[in-house]
Amino acid sequence: MSIKYVVACDGSPASERAVAFAIDHARSNGGSVLLAHVLEWSPYSFLTPEELEERHKRRGEELARAKTALVDPILASISTDGVEIDSVIKYGHVAETLSDIATEAGATQLVIGRTGQSSLKVRVFGSVAGTLAQIAPVPCTIVP
Amino acid sequence: MKINKLYSTLAVFGLALISNPVLAQSVDETVNQLFSSATGWFVSFIFSPFPGTAFPWIVAWLVVAATVFTFYFAFIQFRAFPLSISLVKGDYSDPNDAGEVSHFQALATALSGTVGLGNIAGVAVAVGIGGPGATFWMILAGLMGMASKFTECTLGVKYRNEYADGTVSGGPMYYLTKGFAERGLPGGRFLAILFSVFCILGALGGGNMFQANQAHQQISGIVGGYPGWITGVVFAVVVFAVIVGGLKSIAKVTEKVVPFMGILYVLAALVILLVNADKIGWAFGQIFEGAFTGLGVAGGMVGALIQGFKRAAFSNEAGVGSAAIAHSAVRTKEPITEGFVSLLEPFIDTVVICTMTALVIIITGQLTIDPDTGNYITEGGRIVTATGASGVGLTSAAFESAFSWFPYVLAIAVVLFAFSTMISWSYYGLKAWTYLFGEGKSKEITFKVIFCIFVIIGAAANLGPVIDFSDAAIFAMAVVNIIGLYCLMPIVKRELNSYLDRMKSGEIKKFK
Repeated sequence: MSIKYVVACDGSPASERAVAFAIDHARSNGGSVLLAHVLEWSPYSFLTPEELEERHKRRGEELARAKTALVDPILASISTDGVEIDSVIKYGHVAETLSDIATEAGATQLVIGRTGQSSLKVRVFGSVAGTLAQIAPVPCTIVP
Repeated sequence: MKINKLYSTLAVFGLALISNPVLAQSVDETVNQLFSSATGWFVSFIFSPFPGTAFPWIVAWLVVAATVFTFYFAFIQFRAFPLSISLVKGDYSDPNDAGEVSHFQALATALSGTVGLGNIAGVAVAVGIGGPGATFWMILAGLMGMASKFTECTLGVKYRNEYADGTVSGGPMYYLTKGFAERGLPGGRFLAILFSVFCILGALGGGNMFQANQAHQQISGIVGGYPGWITGVVFAVVVFAVIVGGLKSIAKVTEKVVPFMGILYVLAALVILLVNADKIGWAFGQIFEGAFTGLGVAGGMVGALIQGFKRAAFSNEAGVGSAAIAHSAVRTKEPITEGFVSLLEPFIDTVVICTMTALVIIITGQLTIDPDTGNYITEGGRIVTATGASGVGLTSAAFESAFSWFPYVLAIAVVLFAFSTMISWSYYGLKAWTYLFGEGKSKEITFKVIFCIFVIIGAAANLGPVIDFSDAAIFAMAVVNIIGLYCLMPIVKRELNSYLDRMKSGEIKKFK
């Protein structure tokens, strides 16, 4: 079975370190990398009638922007040296959706950068890395 | 530039009135007189009774429709209730569609357009005139109305317009034209135009003037009496800023605060009911007895029934067609699923929230009873209340008797509810307007400015003429919409049977 790394990327320096970490490892053990970008979204939020009407259009725009402004530049900037690399963009609760992506892709490992938010904010809202450590379906590496 | 000009015109108008108090007082009176004489004929036509009775034909029209749909779809509102809950929870939503409008969002937006003053002020009007018995008929109308809502929202999604840029437009205008054409029936376009005209009037009446009027009554009840046009101008400026100026932040805040206000309102009502738990049995006794005898109210049983049915229809808008506009943006491959979801709307609105208001008014003893006969004491067609209040004031007094601070919370809730209902209805009205006159910036601005002017008129006029016109306009929409629903209900049945068959065969599966 080939080794597959699912890396969470949100364009932050931490996530860039995570991507570099995953590619290094994939190169050394012949694995592949899947870049995953999740747009925070709850189906239980409240929208105005105009927002409902335009939602489908906006979703298309948001996905296109995430691809051109975030995922594509990362793909272009890193030297993959023959490492097989792919990307996926999804909507949802970030940690849960990353777990789902890892399960669906048959990942060996999840890799995520640590943003180092203030402890108060993390205490109140939790952090993606912290939540993943609890719920990830596969081993999860948190890159500092 | 254009917008700035309009702002300054409004400001000059306001200043002119403030600088001349005599003029200001007479503005209210003039508006009121002009308004009632201009709309009187329309109101009396819509509410004209069957010859020789006191029963308005329009009320029968709504109830017969709800009954027909209930039987035609074999009590769908009870059969599909658990399925509706699963759909709202997202059990059947494809995770790959995340980021699109969910069933929950469509329902929440539609609810914020319906839950509002109808639940607070409308119910008070119903029990204030029809007595506790009106509650029974209101609940019944709410339960039956679930089937009407199911029918119209399924059609709304099925026949919506999806444009190349990904936006959608739906509602009775579209299913009347497209659905009639599909079935080879004549007159679809005519009905769609008629519906759009009434929808614009309904948006200006129940969706605007009634809201402004009751919001003013609530505010002036707390800070002391002052002319209604002042509230009107303030409201008009804020509404103007949102719908013309595109200040989305205000609308966003409202959309988020309103659901919590709704929950707070229900919780407060529940606390009052729990504290008075020993009286709940008595209150239901009054509701049942009043439903069939009237307990001394004007018109007896029929009086209670008319009030209950009228206010239920006004509150949950089942059969009116407005919800079909709001629900049509949902992302689903199966139009019928939105029908299932929408049937929760009259349930939450009428069966739960309206009943809470009615119970609180009854239990806190706002309606005065003649100790000798056990009947309610009436004066001029209305039950004499403990504080002399009617409409939203009656609800406020009922909650105040338990929590002295509640009128302040209620005032904020009423203003927010009124505001969110106005925003929703400005959208419904705009959809009808653009259906009639075509899309385009200047056409849209014209409607929005008219909408803002009616906010001022609504706040300045007396409750009587405003509530009559609001009811009449909204019920006129139902006349057209229900003709359409009768003609198109076989299409809904086909969708329903196909969906249920595929659920049975396992083709439609839960994702969760």
